[in-house]
Amino acid sequence: MITPLAFDVAHLFAGSLVLVSFMLLYQDRMTGLVNTFALHALVVSFSVAWQAYIQQAPHLYITAAIALGIKAIVIPVVLHRMIVRLGIHRTIEPVVGVGLTMLAGIGLIALSIMVMLPITAQAGTLAREDLAFALSVILLGLLMMISRRNAVSQVIGFMSIENGLILAATGAKGMPLVVEISVAFSILVALIVIGIFLFRIRERFETVDIHLLHEHRGEQP
Amino acid sequence: MMADLFVQFCEMLVVLGLAPLLAGYVRTLKARLVGRRGPPLLQPYRDLLRLIRKEVVLADSASWLFRAAPYIVFAATWVAAALVPTFATGLLFNYAADMIAIVALLASARFMLALAGLDVGTSFGGIGSSREMMIASLAEPAMVMVVFTLSLLAGSTQLSSIAAFMQGPGVGLRVSLAMALVALIMVAIAENARIPVDNPATHLELTMVHEAMIIEYSGRHLALIELASFVKLLLYISIIGCVFAPWGIAVAGQGLEAYLVGLAVYVVKLAVAGLLLALFETAIAKMRVFRYSDFLGSALMLGVLATLLLFVSRIA
Repeated sequence: MITPLAFDVAHLFAGSLVLVSFMLLYQDRMTGLVNTFALHALVVSFSVAWQAYIQQAPHLYITAAIALGIKAIVIPVVLHRMIVRLGIHRTIEPVVGVGLTMLAGIGLIALSIMVMLPITAQAGTLAREDLAFALSVILLGLLMMISRRNAVSQVIGFMSIENGLILAATGAKGMPLVVEISVAFSILVALIVIGIFLFRIRERFETVDIHLLHEHRGEQP
Repeated sequence: MMADLFVQFCEMLVVLGLAPLLAGYVRTLKARLVGRRGPPLLQPYRDLLRLIRKEVVLADSASWLFRAAPYIVFAATWVAAALVPTFATGLLFNYAADMIAIVALLASARFMLALAGLDVGTSFGGIGSSREMMIASLAEPAMVMVVFTLSLLAGSTQLSSIAAFMQGPGVGLRVSLAMALVALIMVAIAENARIPVDNPATHLELTMVHEAMIIEYSGRHLALIELASFVKLLLYISIIGCVFAPWGIAVAGQGLEAYLVGLAVYVVKLAVAGLLLALFETAIAKMRVFRYSDFLGSALMLGVLATLLLFVSRIA
């Protein structure tokens, strides 16, 4: 049985993660977006480390270290350099209707709480709470991917979904370390592939605004 | 009963007495922070006295509403301030009205002020009124969401009960409370016309809001409105203090020493809050009018999020 304080701290980190997901939604500058993503990864690594402490599962510390090292440091640095090389570090991306996106985000959080709390009635309180928040983070990441036009923002939305998955995975006890490590490295590989892909898009269309791709798909947007 | 009444009146007088001092203190600190000497601490009292002695100049087109508004604004703000436990809980008026009533009283004061800004028919007052209403339409829902969060946690909408709950052991570390605190501070900044939203130090700027509404006022009317705005600043700081830093507040039935300690702690809290406000205002630049909706929209979002997250934490 966990103490109220342990639960409160876990709740604090998970709730902050949802909040940072919201902050990602209304960033309109590339640099700010990448920095907020680094904060997102930092919060997720704290959350995992706290889970490792209260579940007394030492391998989760490795997961936290991977999240901290790769996603809070390596990926933001790479993204920063990529943004500078693409020459979009000064561009301000218009976020389509901040108010509407926020309302949709709040609706998604309400939805995930309404869905998760009844169906996980048998699970422990901590797992229930983590699953509800993790679903919110995943849905907010998806919202981010559909509401942005820039390919780099979509990559960040994709990475924030992965952070939500880690939160869900650590909330459930007994996740094997092998799975964690392979997920972390597949994310890194995905970053490299997406990075190459971004440069290919830029070479061909001279922009990373993915709206131009629609014309080549044979259907009118 | 008599003791409660006495404490209530003491509290109302303390609020009225300290409010101009707080305003003067913040002004002096801000002047010092930018390297000027600034006015003396007691300058707001002198300003108020000077305004009261002066003759009232009324525009030809002013109706009775224009003359009545300052009294209504001041009375509503003062009554709202009387409902907030500053240095002692268990106030007599607390049983009659709760936090939602405070929001409503402040809203009616603002409504009267906006009407008065429109009453004379100058375009400048009209701009001020319309901007004030735009701010209000975003700040009030955010404030109400903060009230919901606090009352869901404490099980009561009365500030005394909320303060007692926050002093108790059942609070814990909650992310909802942090969000509610940030949202409340943002609302307080917008409502009191402080720097990122409005500049309280200037009279000649196209983007000003509060000063634009009261530009036609003079004499004792202006004195009342100024005093009401001082009291409003004190009221918001007191709400934040009694909910988020409830230490040292005297509980009803304690001895005289507890009340004196409560008063001393309250003055210290005001001094700290004033210092933070001055630092914040010096460090930040004023926002464009079109960005208000972003600023207050995020306060509203934080309030809604705080309430939503509370439903998850209540399963424990």
